[in-house]
Amino acid sequence: MILVQQLVLGLLVGGLYGLAAAGLSLVFGVLKVLNVAHGELIMLGGYGAFWLWVLLGFDPLLALPLVVAGALAFGVLLYWGLFAFVVRAHEETRIKNSLLIGFGLALATHALAVRLWTADERSITTTYAGAVLSLGPIAIPLVRLASLVLAFALIGALHLLLQRWRWGRAIRATAEDWEAAALTGIDVRRAYLLAFAIGTGLAGAAGTLVSVGYSISPSIGLEWTLKALIVVVLAGLGSMLGTFVGGLVLGLAEAASAFAFGGPYREVVGLVIFLAVLVARPRGLFAR
Amino acid sequence: MLEVEAVEAAYGPFLALSGVTLRVGPGEIVALLGPNGAGKTTLIRCVTGLLVPRAGRIRFGGAEIVGLLPHAIVERGLAVVPEGRRLFGGMTVEENLDLGAFTPHARAGLGRGRERIYEIFPILRERRRQLAGTLSGGQQQMVAIGRALMAAPRLLILDEPSLGLAPRIVETILGVIGEINRGGVSILLVEQNVQAALGLAHRAYILEAGRVAGEGSGPALLQDPHVRRAYLGPLASLPGSRPPLP
Ligand SMILES: Nc1ncnc2c1ncn2[C@@H]1O[C@H](COP(=O)(O)OP(=O)(O)OP(=O)(O)O)[C@@H](O)[C@H]1O
Ligand SMILES: [Mg+2]
Repeated sequence: MILVQQLVLGLLVGGLYGLAAAGLSLVFGVLKVLNVAHGELIMLGGYGAFWLWVLLGFDPLLALPLVVAGALAFGVLLYWGLFAFVVRAHEETRIKNSLLIGFGLALATHALAVRLWTADERSITTTYAGAVLSLGPIAIPLVRLASLVLAFALIGALHLLLQRWRWGRAIRATAEDWEAAALTGIDVRRAYLLAFAIGTGLAGAAGTLVSVGYSISPSIGLEWTLKALIVVVLAGLGSMLGTFVGGLVLGLAEAASAFAFGGPYREVVGLVIFLAVLVARPRGLFAR
Repeated sequence: MLEVEAVEAAYGPFLALSGVTLRVGPGEIVALLGPNGAGKTTLIRCVTGLLVPRAGRIRFGGAEIVGLLPHAIVERGLAVVPEGRRLFGGMTVEENLDLGAFTPHARAGLGRGRERIYEIFPILRERRRQLAGTLSGGQQQMVAIGRALMAAPRLLILDEPSLGLAPRIVETILGVIGEINRGGVSILLVEQNVQAALGLAHRAYILEAGRVAGEGSGPALLQDPHVRRAYLGPLASLPGSRPPLP
């Protein structure tokens, strides 16, 4: 029963891994830029929701769309300020440059967060935060269950957006072959901007959900970037639904290994998966 | 319609085009011939805005287009079927076609345009829900031409549309190019199949090592001894019959 309980919790957090990875995957797939500050964007989203709750008393459910809107706008600014310069370079040199910019951004964001919110752990504890759905001996925290459902809904919406929306198709075309996309009349820079903003918006959403069901602190960024990266390696690029499933798989694998080998091994399994995938596909993450 | 004037283009220190001048008039089919590595694709990359020339001028419809981004050039009515087709292989045939009509100017005619493509290439209607990457080479070339036509161009550039295709399909495709031209679209056709290209084109240019080495009307170039020696082989038979197998 402990195993089942652990697996349920693993599945619940896995939904957030999937959501965190979707933004990273979209930006990487379209811009060919690896934003190592993605976890910091999640962290900022979490503090955004935290502030809305502490300062204005907004329920996290109400905060979610506001944080996403704010993150979209922040994504536009970040793109114009930093990443627009990276994508001017050849595709092969972009990753290198984006790593430098990403680490710089991550450090700056971390320092800013420590100043604004101190290094303490925070989380949003609403009146319903402790509510639990009991299925016999299994207890399912309601807030985390709601997070999983919301994460899935967001991924579904993103999937539809990429399939049906004119610019969604343009984003997919740009991901496949930016030159061919440009030759069909797509303003590729606009597609980059939209993909980056949407990726940042998804990070904001993930951060909000993390701050409700779990906790945030200025230093969680790297951990979330790593989780997202492992999921992207696991699921490959191109399919957002696949990315979500990859997140669930990582969550379950972590829970299973924590059960089998003890808590400290929770973090190891992700790296093992990472290495295993890279060995099985030696051309690695960056191969087309 | 299209005027290329003294265009120079380089990849790093390597000069791929050294002063190319050519023009395509309204309603014309112009062939661009030349051996591998002559710079044909490079010239097309300059015209479509993917590569900024080091020197020279390119005018389309009377206006300078050097420095414009590719999508802005498409918007002005210049579409291209790129070398190697460059379809979006993970998308359906219909999605590929629809993306061809992405510019505001083309979007108005999207439904009608798609219908027209399906009339030209009926097989594409049957395959419209299939992923473009799973089509045969000939069908992929049809999608590539269809996608370019969806932009409702005034000038259509095709970079080696017959490369690697079976002779029967090549014939179909060349026939369609003639038809498109009779519909009022100017054509710039890059071809390795010299005989077929010269049979179709009103005029032709020969590009060699980054410069224009010859130009003239299609039939005249077919009779030109240099062209015959260089491109049709020393034993080339008379125009109209097939060149001998190597
Ligand atoms: N990206 C590139 N970087 C460096 N050199 C290049 C690049 N692309 C082409 N070249 C060189 O520029 C020259 C012209 O190439 P281009 O592709 O324009 O020739 P082409 O006439 O289209 O040949 P083909 O008939 O084989 O398509 C060649 O010598 C080629 O090696
Ligand atoms: Mg070429």
